[in-house]
Amino acid sequence: MTTAISVKNIGKQYKIGAAETKFRYNMLRDVIVDTVSAPIRLAKAMIGKSDRRMNQNYVWALKDVSFDLEEGKVLGIVGRNGAGKSTLLKILSRVTEPTTGTVSVRGRVGSLLEVGTGFHPELTGRENIYMNGAILGMRRSEIDSKFDEIVDFSEVTQYIDTPVKRYSSGMYLRLAFAVAAHLEPEILVVDEVLAVGDAEFQKKCIGKMGDVAQQGRTVLFVSHNMSAILRLTQEAIVLNKGQLIMRGPTQEAVDYYLSFGQSQAGERAWEAVDVPAASVPFTPISLKVKERSGKVVDTVRSTEPVTVEFEYKLDAPITGLRIGLYVSTMRGEYVFASFDTDDPALYEKFDARTAGHYVSRAEIPGDMFNDSRYTVGVNASSFGVRRYFMDENALAFNVDISGAPGTQWAEPRVGPVRPRLNWEIMRLDD
Amino acid sequence: MTDLKHEPHTVYIKPSKGLAALNLRDLWVYRELIFFMVWRDIKVKYKQTLLGMAWAVIQPVMTMLVFTFLFDRIAKLPTEGIPYPVFAFTALLPWGLFVTALNQGSRSLVAHNNMVTKIYFPRLILPMSSVFAGMVDFVIAFVILVGLMFYYQVTPAWHLVWTLPLFLLLAIVTALGVALWLSAVNVQYRDVNQALPFLTQFWLFATPVAYSASVISEKWQIAYSLNPMAGVVNGFRWALLGTGNGPDITLWVSVGISILIFISGLFYFRSMEKTFADTI
Repeated sequence: MTTAISVKNIGKQYKIGAAETKFRYNMLRDVIVDTVSAPIRLAKAMIGKSDRRMNQNYVWALKDVSFDLEEGKVLGIVGRNGAGKSTLLKILSRVTEPTTGTVSVRGRVGSLLEVGTGFHPELTGRENIYMNGAILGMRRSEIDSKFDEIVDFSEVTQYIDTPVKRYSSGMYLRLAFAVAAHLEPEILVVDEVLAVGDAEFQKKCIGKMGDVAQQGRTVLFVSHNMSAILRLTQEAIVLNKGQLIMRGPTQEAVDYYLSFGQSQAGERAWEAVDVPAASVPFTPISLKVKERSGKVVDTVRSTEPVTVEFEYKLDAPITGLRIGLYVSTMRGEYVFASFDTDDPALYEKFDARTAGHYVSRAEIPGDMFNDSRYTVGVNASSFGVRRYFMDENALAFNVDISGAPGTQWAEPRVGPVRPRLNWEIMRLDD
Repeated sequence: MTDLKHEPHTVYIKPSKGLAALNLRDLWVYRELIFFMVWRDIKVKYKQTLLGMAWAVIQPVMTMLVFTFLFDRIAKLPTEGIPYPVFAFTALLPWGLFVTALNQGSRSLVAHNNMVTKIYFPRLILPMSSVFAGMVDFVIAFVILVGLMFYYQVTPAWHLVWTLPLFLLLAIVTALGVALWLSAVNVQYRDVNQALPFLTQFWLFATPVAYSASVISEKWQIAYSLNPMAGVVNGFRWALLGTGNGPDITLWVSVGISILIFISGLFYFRSMEKTFADTI
């Protein structure tokens, strides 16, 4: 077996321009000095002798990551947001350079990160296939020979000479994916692409990925969808805070990832070091799952309501802030999402929040959960503006279904929810 | 299909130190992309406009009319015996090409940031193809010039016309050199967007487009030719209309500066390239 990818001590350092001097004017004098010195600053920055370097923070998005991957293997990559998954893929596909370490990659890397890159709305489907193919590094002869196959796969045959701005988003996506899927690289990198498109199309994508793996190509697959990872890969690596913390059979890696960093006590607290600098002025403090009595619990009764409580601080006022609650199954499928300002009255009152210490509390009604373990994620964002903070795997809780509907039969119920429905049974023949 | 079966070659990815090698091999591998980018830019440029390609005619012609009114009718600038409209239009050809190339080229990286942050390809392709895409407008304007010369019965300097492509090359090299600098700076500092309109305006005044270079006094000629576009415009007028003295020391100064900008721009661009995806 030959090695397709060999990663040695890869590190990637990013600047985070934390102490930007720009917004620290106290006096008009500072403004004038700053304005006058601006051209000098620009010149210095251009020749790389930036004095801003002093007050800049560096973070390692990846640190000391090493692994080898043999040709024809499918490797899953799991980790939380900010764990370095995307950075790793970007380095492998040569979008960005590592700060330290070396990678050797045998063959062409195609990534499904770039679906539709270079598509121009004014060009027809046909023209975009050629354009996009060229961007992905295909030769014209190669595109010519695969053209019909691409069009068939995308199912947009009759619109192929229509500008893509007239396409529905589904058609657009299918066409874009079709080109990327026919690149036939030696190494395929897939990042979360399965999150888009309709179910039918997703099935095709997964099929294509399977084909690619069958043909002896190497695949790297990044997803937050644990069921997809489990289905498509045999082996996975877990990244945490830029470091590779585990490599093993997918099931083990996923279990490790899901249990990693979660407190068992139904409570999650964030230390200052856990909070990314980018979340300023938002600081998460704790997330708790409580039963009706107010006790923090790890296991809740499915018949009882559950309270989820998120405590946080704002160091500056935020307009449009909303706290999101995401509940998903251990396999990564979302059960629901809800925001603290969903209610118009609360939206009116708390859309703009002043600096201070807050708690957003939600009561999830009883008869919601099934016999399983669920993950709670939180996020804080201003819609369409910015996401301040996100932890999609903040904590997990178990559900005890005693007394739940249908427990008279000792059999597992399918589905992530187990609602108590108002059934009515009537006899119609008298 | 045969080239698909070839043995995959291994790419080594590591932090590049100092001035990165120019990596012209990759540029060659991706040569078709340059062609496609240029083709796309041309194709898309006048889409959903009422007048379409006519814009390529209207823009230089209107400028020429304004110049004629201001500098010929009112200021009565000398034109070395050439009717002013032809005199100005000859200069507007390379100038228009230069300005378009400079504007599009300098914004090219930021305008295509989705490509830059998502896939690998030699980044040089973006400013390069933006510069080449301006050639179509140039060709159209050239046809207008031929018409103008017929109308005003200006006989071209037939024995010199063959040098025209060389001056065109000088214009392209200059535009590309400046675009390399500005596009790379623009990735980090969007000040470039603000500065571009100024820059092109000042540059226009410093270039003998509306006036003849002969109005500049002898002792300033060398300093004046530090602007490579002065060399280009004088060259165009010389090659087409036979005005001026032809290539002399001032032209070589322009060529030298142009090459200097181009080479330094190339190296600056390459050294910044590795962080484009992170800072854009």
